[in-house]
Amino acid sequence: MTTQTEPKDTQESIALSVRGLNFYYGDKQVLFDNTLDIARNRVTAFIGPSGCGKSTHIRTYNRMFELYKGHRAEGEILMDGINILDPKQIPALELRHRVGMIFQKPTPFPMSIFDNIAYGLRLHTNLGRKEIAERVEKALRGAALWDEVKDKLNQPGTALSGGQQQRLCIARALANEPEIMLMDEPCSALDPIATAKIEELIDELKRRLTIVIVTHNMQQAARVSDYTAYFYLGKLIEFGDTETIFTAPKKQETEDYITGRFG
Amino acid sequence: MARSSVAKECDTDMKTSANKAWGDTLFKGMTLFFATGILILFIAILIALWHESAPAIDKFGLSFLTSTAWNPVKDEFGALIPMAGTILSTILAMLIAVPLSIGVALFLAELAPVWMRAPFGTAIELLAAIPSIVYGMWGLFVLAPIMADHVQPWLAEHLGFIPLFSGPQMGIGMLTAGLVLALMILPFIASVTRDVFLMVPQNLKEAAYGMGATTWEVVRDVMIPYGKKGIVGAVFLGMGRALGETMAVTFVIGNAYHLSWSLFAPGNSIASTLANEFTEADSDVYLASLMELGLVLFLLTFLVLGAAQLWLKRGIEGGGK
Repeated sequence: MTTQTEPKDTQESIALSVRGLNFYYGDKQVLFDNTLDIARNRVTAFIGPSGCGKSTHIRTYNRMFELYKGHRAEGEILMDGINILDPKQIPALELRHRVGMIFQKPTPFPMSIFDNIAYGLRLHTNLGRKEIAERVEKALRGAALWDEVKDKLNQPGTALSGGQQQRLCIARALANEPEIMLMDEPCSALDPIATAKIEELIDELKRRLTIVIVTHNMQQAARVSDYTAYFYLGKLIEFGDTETIFTAPKKQETEDYITGRFG
Repeated sequence: MARSSVAKECDTDMKTSANKAWGDTLFKGMTLFFATGILILFIAILIALWHESAPAIDKFGLSFLTSTAWNPVKDEFGALIPMAGTILSTILAMLIAVPLSIGVALFLAELAPVWMRAPFGTAIELLAAIPSIVYGMWGLFVLAPIMADHVQPWLAEHLGFIPLFSGPQMGIGMLTAGLVLALMILPFIASVTRDVFLMVPQNLKEAAYGMGATTWEVVRDVMIPYGKKGIVGAVFLGMGRALGETMAVTFVIGNAYHLSWSLFAPGNSIASTLANEFTEADSDVYLASLMELGLVLFLLTFLVLGAAQLWLKRGIEGGGK
């Protein structure tokens, strides 16, 4: 069990340590005893068929499920020794400040490009005008969007193209300077060129933070991630470094899914 | 044999499609007739009002709009007091109803437990089913005494230094009219606004929560701006109703030709004047003046709704959702 649930390279520093995670929608259990470690400054990909629980799993990392009645998680997710599932140890607002999230569809807020990026700064800091402007530029550069929008910062975020909107959302999350960024199928609404840009960006971003990405696209998982976890029916079937998972999976189920012989 | 039956079949087919085309033409003609009918009716009402109010327009000219006179004995009439009453009671109603409606809508769309949403939503919508004369009776017999005995003395005691809250505390008057109006337009604004809030995409809200925003911040920064256009539409819908509301206002506004800074003082609105005085209008100029009041109300409502349409259109073209 241990060889399967920990990153192979023991030198890796751990950003999140998930232990015995169970998840329930009301009475229905959808995650079963998920245990794995997310390596710091690496990209970890979650793959698996629709409904396997990978999105549910990722949404425990920022306690997004708390918005819905009857959704509850059991187990432990340790971040710097704090169990982030416990509201007493870390309030949701602080957790979400430290763990950013990118969604399937771009979600620009109904405000200008500048205000979109400055949103988190204004919520969580008392920075002055000048510092906010600097941090906005830094975040936009970080998301490889600055050159495209620097002359139209006052235009609404919704006026950008789909790919630009998604990078705007990444920049908005970056402005909070999160330690971890969750990406829930960030490219599924984008064309191949926009997807390539996001993937390039992910490669760039992992120098600064830890990324967990849910994807339906196996090639994408193989291209961008260092570690891959395969989920099926709420269980973590196999977890290891991406190369091993894609070239020499230990379990037959994983191999079937990866090679497209699933079902 | 086979051939002719095929030919026959073709023939019937042709006939049906010809019938169909004829049906389409008929349908198009009918809808066109009804659509232009509304426009014609609109223009006809405008012309009729103009025509009927001609004696008053001839006699008073533009001074009709600025005069505070209303003297049937001397045949002198002016629209300022009823116009002011209409506008003031509407503004009061909007000031009370808009924040309240947005609050109700937010509660129903976002904050209320799921089991509570449907019954409460229906209850709010049912407020619109109460006939306006019932609102008027309630306003006169229930609300007015409460206003006179409790609300107005309290307001006078604490805010009496403002001229708005001084004056006679008799219950009926501008403030009570505004309150009753607010209650009457609330269901319209609240239910449309709730639907607007329900249309905010879930993942947009999640994205805002994901930035570490509180529920209030999500509402203020994402939900209200996202639904701004729809909310403004709902507000103007309510405003259009408030401007023209007659019976309930007639019951509680006091029906006095009197211009006062006090919200406690009785006043008059265009609609309540018309409701009260048509049967008493014994001279041509009197009747024509009432007609002209109707014309003024027509144009006032038209301007407000027209401005709303323009505003909404500009919103669309501006690309700001």
